[in-house]
Amino acid sequence: MPDGQIDEPAHDPVDGRTDRRPAGELEASVLAALWAADAPLTPGSVQLELGGGLARTTVTTILTRLHAKGAVTRARSGRGYAYAPAQDSPGLTARRMHAELDKDEDRGTVLARFVSDLSPEDEQLLRTLLEGEPAGGEDSV
Amino acid sequence: MIYAVWLPLLMPFLAVPVARRGAEQLPPRAAAWALTALALVLALSSTAALGTLALAGALRLPFVARAAHLSPRLLGGGSPATVPAATLAALALTGLGALVLDRTRCHLRELRTAHRQFHSGASAGDLCVRRDDRPEAYALPGRPGRIVVTTGMLRALSAGEREVLFAHERAHLTGRHHVFLAATELAVALHPALRGLRAPLSYALERWADESAAQATGDRALTARAVGRAALAARAAGSSARPRLSLTATAGPVPRRVTALLNTPAPAARLLPGSLACLLLACVAVSATAALDAATDLHAGIEVAQGEQGHAAFGDGD
Repeated sequence: MPDGQIDEPAHDPVDGRTDRRPAGELEASVLAALWAADAPLTPGSVQLELGGGLARTTVTTILTRLHAKGAVTRARSGRGYAYAPAQDSPGLTARRMHAELDKDEDRGTVLARFVSDLSPEDEQLLRTLLEGEPAGGEDSV
Repeated sequence: MIYAVWLPLLMPFLAVPVARRGAEQLPPRAAAWALTALALVLALSSTAALGTLALAGALRLPFVARAAHLSPRLLGGGSPATVPAATLAALALTGLGALVLDRTRCHLRELRTAHRQFHSGASAGDLCVRRDDRPEAYALPGRPGRIVVTTGMLRALSAGEREVLFAHERAHLTGRHHVFLAATELAVALHPALRGLRAPLSYALERWADESAAQATGDRALTARAVGRAALAARAAGSSARPRLSLTATAGPVPRRVTALLNTPAPAARLLPGSLACLLLACVAVSATAALDAATDLHAGIEVAQGEQGHAAFGDGD
């Protein structure tokens, strides 16, 4: 069980988290927010997107660090910068990855995927579950 | 020995269905450990049994007997099945050895390829992002371990759900879940009947990571939603168009994971129902002792034959 990665929810959200969470995890969260967005984001909008768990200065620091690493690009926007994820050669790597993924069933040993495939029944059941309706104790776990 | 040696070869056929039932009743972490340990013990016992069979036959070959300084005549009559069984066992062992080597090489090559591929590119901390609209996410073990996520997956989830995803994959990496998978794959290669343990193991590992993510984010409902929405997004994007034949009409793994998260945390580890646990333990014990017993028997037989050979050496010309 990984402990100490995220502080307890009751903790003061302004600074506490940044001290407790490893820098790498914060970088991952910020980069993910940039990729999820359609347009370049300013530090303020990144902070907003992440739900206000991080201080603005922390977000700026992380963005600067990501920029230094070449993971993001930035452009002047008003008084500061707007950040966008650095694009890597898109088509090729994506195709290669899927070639790897689709190759054979043995990939399970290498890659533990987040979600497995759904059957149509699964999909229906899942929609019901997520809508907050009781699924009707047909499956017990 | 003649009968004991067959038990470890047959045991997986009995133990696998029992273990599948049993794993559902254990908390995920315990289930993962139990399934992996069971797979390894059964596989190693059956391999040892094959080795014993092959060796028993090999000792009847004159040149092997001479090399081992024993007299074949004194090994006892054995059963008429000894020689064919030994031949089959030797063939099986050779095949299994080649299979395991091949699988291992393949596995390592795949890992290396994946790492090389993700070495360059948009990464931050432990995260590797791939530009791809099809939602995919997985943990790539190694040093350092990496979380590989497509842009499609990142866009499908909210910020909070992305944290769940990362926590889940980090749990796979820090828990070294790939070692469980690899150990079980090795066991499956050694005894194909253990194949049935794959699905329950991978389910237990996913549940384990789900629980870790729920603990890290402190929100079970959010965790459930992240898992469910990721699966729906993946399906909508058609990234997993291949229908799995193995899925039954009852719920597949993802809905079961979501249900488990939405339910209140399971009551503290209730142990397996006594009868199931006893049956499983009995399987393991019988399998291991039978293999050991057969090997000891063979060894004793060899000692006798060797001792006699010492006395016989005076008059034995050839």
